[in-house]
Amino acid sequence: MTDIYRIACAAGFSGDRTDVAKPLVDQLLRSGGPACLIFESLAERTLALAQLERHQNPDLGYEPLLLEMLEPILVDCIKGGIPIVGNFGAANPEGAARFIAKLAQDKGLQNIKIAIVKGDDVSAPKFRSQLESFLSPSDRETLTQSALVSANVYLGGQEIAQALNAGAQVVVTGRVADPALTVGPLMAHFKKEWSDWNFLGAATIAGHLLECGAQITGGYFADPGVKDVPNLAQVGFPIVEFNAQGKMCITKPSKTGGLVSRMTVTEQLLYEIHDPAQYLTPDVVADISRVELHDAGGDRVELTGVIGHQKPDTLKANICIDGGWLSEAEISYAGFHAYERAQLAAQIIRERLSDLVLRIDYIGSSSIFSSDAGEGPQIKSPIGFEDIRLRVSTANQDKHQAMRVCREVTALYTCGPAGGGGVRTSLKPRLTTLVCLIPRDLIHASYEFFDTKGLV
Amino acid sequence: MAKKIPLYQLAHARTGDKGNRSNISVIAYRAEDFPILLRELTTERVKDHFGFRKPSAVKRYELENLKALNFVIDDVLDGGVNLSLNLDSHGKSLSYWLLAMEIDVG
Repeated sequence: MTDIYRIACAAGFSGDRTDVAKPLVDQLLRSGGPACLIFESLAERTLALAQLERHQNPDLGYEPLLLEMLEPILVDCIKGGIPIVGNFGAANPEGAARFIAKLAQDKGLQNIKIAIVKGDDVSAPKFRSQLESFLSPSDRETLTQSALVSANVYLGGQEIAQALNAGAQVVVTGRVADPALTVGPLMAHFKKEWSDWNFLGAATIAGHLLECGAQITGGYFADPGVKDVPNLAQVGFPIVEFNAQGKMCITKPSKTGGLVSRMTVTEQLLYEIHDPAQYLTPDVVADISRVELHDAGGDRVELTGVIGHQKPDTLKANICIDGGWLSEAEISYAGFHAYERAQLAAQIIRERLSDLVLRIDYIGSSSIFSSDAGEGPQIKSPIGFEDIRLRVSTANQDKHQAMRVCREVTALYTCGPAGGGGVRTSLKPRLTTLVCLIPRDLIHASYEFFDTKGLV
Repeated sequence: MAKKIPLYQLAHARTGDKGNRSNISVIAYRAEDFPILLRELTTERVKDHFGFRKPSAVKRYELENLKALNFVIDDVLDGGVNLSLNLDSHGKSLSYWLLAMEIDVG
């Protein structure tokens, strides 16, 4: 392929590995030519958790690992002309931009151009009646009875593309559709029309394939002896090479572990897809029903045949509300009659918590007999034994009701069957997500450059 | 005489989730086995296989070029990642439940 633009993805979720960006950037620099580095770190719940963090501290609410993500590659990217695009702004893109500007300054990079994409956050009171009007009647009732944590529209790639064409070296977004992180740079580089549906469809699928990081390079795939992946511990993250005709090749940095094959690409192509002919995004409706793959060998798979259709009239919004509390508690029984003793423990819990809705699991393979070093009887060992971990969980709007599971399972130590050990309990706040579609003319997205003048 | 084998001998699979909906791709290792998947993995049989989770609907999409089927299974995740009490609230392990299904290759 000629006139190639390369996009590398260095994160597929918040909390992904932070040592994967360097090999990607090194590979992009070795390859030469125009390229961009993206980070996708904003799952459905991540933004709501970030919003809760921002309520605690107005300076926070962006990706907590931002330093670890960017520190290894920021200088190389800026000096090598590789823009960085990430939704690591989460609930506070401006805070993330300020953090990056300071990091750049500390690294001796003066006045880098950092763009902030705005307009996704619709949690302000002025949007409340609109949100309610687009929810189903039952969800509307749920919303009126709950505390709103976050509300964000999935934006497309236009603002990212505009920012890059205006010279942005880093683009920070909050909620955008995951593929938009790829669509933006590709549209900025190839300067296509925003009504070139087939190109937008192909760009969207490139983004879809990149957005989960290692899931296309051998992660979430390996099965020993059946679907082997070389050196999975050092799995390389993906790079897509893309040309003006919308043809793409998926690959990964040399000297990294992992695998890019027809099989890994097919699995990821259909990941979280419903109707393959109608993948709805803010920029286009992509159609992969007639896609063809060619495995070129050497961890290179070519993909052609994506079609695009006119973008939807509405944008999807996620509304996160307070969802009460989730409690989980576990205790182990091992050896003779372990399962029977675990069943007795469960019966005791059910009797004492008969007013709560409980889930009970009997988890079993090998755990508590072996030493911390893993020595001792193992699964499939000739010494037969049972090793059952009883897990009890419940959810409740009332924290104290949820906490009763933790207390009752802990009480099994002294009040339950023989030989119970290893109690662990957890009590966490839950979030509930409501989804609605908002007419796009009600949403006003834009970008602006972060003003470094105020930076101390 | 009908010969039954588990699906994992012919295909690999991956699960994704959105809310209370799971999608499971099933991909033939060998192109010549794809007609068996088309014949055996009907929406009714897949719905039955997941019956204990009470799915409200199963849709099947066929991708001839990829030798793949995509199953979209509604209301199968006890509410999904935010609501389920399951350890695997995404249902990421469900691909291996579908791969355990016995299919007729006789």
